[in-house]
Amino acid sequence: MFAATPLNRRSHRNQNVARAVFFLMTVALVIPVLIIVGTLVVRGGPALSWEFLFTAPRDNMTAGGILPALVGTIWLVVVALLASVPVGVAAALYLSEYAPDNLLTRTINLAIINLAGVPSIVHALFGVGAFVYFFRFGASILAASLTLAVMTLPVVIVATRESLQAVPQAFREACWNMGATRWQTIRKVVLPNSISGILTGVILEVSRTAGETAPIMFTGATAFVAFLPESVFDQTMAMSYHLYYIATQATDVPEQLTFGVALVLIAIVLAMNAVSIAFRVYLRGLKKW
Amino acid sequence: MVDAAPETAVANGIAGPAYDEPPIIEVRDLNIGYGGKAALQGVDLDIYRHEIFGIIGPANSGKTSFLRALNRMDAFNTAMEVRGSIRLNGKDINDWRNVYALRSRIGVVFPLPVGLPLTVYENVAFSPRLRGIRKKAELDEVVERCLRRAALWDEVKDRLDSLGSLLSGGQQQRLTIARALSQEPELLLLDEFSIAVDPVTTMRIEDVLKELRSEMTIVLVTNLVQQARRLADRTAFFLMGELVEIGDTEDLFEGKVTDQRTTGYIEGRFG
Repeated sequence: MFAATPLNRRSHRNQNVARAVFFLMTVALVIPVLIIVGTLVVRGGPALSWEFLFTAPRDNMTAGGILPALVGTIWLVVVALLASVPVGVAAALYLSEYAPDNLLTRTINLAIINLAGVPSIVHALFGVGAFVYFFRFGASILAASLTLAVMTLPVVIVATRESLQAVPQAFREACWNMGATRWQTIRKVVLPNSISGILTGVILEVSRTAGETAPIMFTGATAFVAFLPESVFDQTMAMSYHLYYIATQATDVPEQLTFGVALVLIAIVLAMNAVSIAFRVYLRGLKKW
Repeated sequence: MVDAAPETAVANGIAGPAYDEPPIIEVRDLNIGYGGKAALQGVDLDIYRHEIFGIIGPANSGKTSFLRALNRMDAFNTAMEVRGSIRLNGKDINDWRNVYALRSRIGVVFPLPVGLPLTVYENVAFSPRLRGIRKKAELDEVVERCLRRAALWDEVKDRLDSLGSLLSGGQQQRLTIARALSQEPELLLLDEFSIAVDPVTTMRIEDVLKELRSEMTIVLVTNLVQQARRLADRTAFFLMGELVEIGDTEDLFEGKVTDQRTTGYIEGRFG
């Protein structure tokens, strides 16, 4: 009486096929990551040492360490974050919580999407024109970081707006119905429940900022300085640009050194992500629904 | 249409509806539409202080739209268009420059409970905090009073710090009622408040509502015609976006109607 009909069997078979296909796609996604990280560890791992991390390059980049580039990348990322997160989050709050749905808002949304699609080299040229020359910051950490900030703003805005909009509208209406203003509603209900998603946007931005080469090439990164940056008006070395330089411009650089730099660059990104993810997990633990 | 206070209320020492005072709500030629589609047309009615005003009618008759308009919730939904005049205490609600002040005086409870993503305590303390109450003792007192009135206190008094959203559906509904009461509203709008609440608790809340009438005016939208009969001083019958009639609740239920459709609905012949 409860025997499977041919239709049951076919549904069951289709379901198994679908699951297998999705599983294979997931595996296919992981394989390149494993290969990249594996290659870097095997070929760059031997280059790692305290000396590699904490000394400057010497002998025309063919020996020595990466300290100025490491420190420079941290400067660039931190300054870019300081510039883009407040602006991006505030803009997303406006667009999601306040802006009426009119032509202006739709135009701004379209502009943000287009800004995300602008190639990084175009951002670099914009940065040269705007920050290096017009604002007279010169080639400096400030100019480079602001260029990175402009480039990553759309990511922050879109991620923030999406996590704001993931908070159910019913919560907002319940607050408004009690006479709460929009700002009170945002502060007490919307932000506490979207902060983990906003951090995801910041995580993405950090990864991208640390790895970008083109936007900093003409705006503040330099192939070699022996000293560490002391202010945002200094030029600096950066990991990504250093990697580009020793891989393509410098001669007689041991292969091991190049892979070592790539390994450290990936490690920085992953370490930053790990910190953000840990923070995000902590905040999600506080989430209320 | 205007009657003396029901005798039972007087006997209980509870002030009845103030039919001799100016109405708290005056609605004139109210039309509500959604994107050009009419939901409510040409409604005129008055609601008096300390009255429980029942609204009955089948689904899609405009009852909820009416409540939304009273709280100016059309501002939330760009598709909702409200035309006509609604006066609260003699002043058109669109002339309130501070819409937040207007809404803070009106408590609303909708059929689907919305527990804010806050603790039980903070759900109920939210509105008092907006009013500027900071002292813990004062907040404690408001929270306990409102939860007691919503017949929820005994069930949650030991877990005020757990999340409101972890309560059962019926408890969340009572939490929503407690939250509306915490506004100490002049006007309480209830839309199917008992839909997720068990019958025994519903009766307890109904008893509270009868007492609350001395402090506020209540507009009660309900699908349970017997609930309207138990609670409402006067009842309006909405049908397909039209106000069919308003009358003393007992008169309507005894068949003293001007429109036979009212009796038809009350007796369950359609709807």
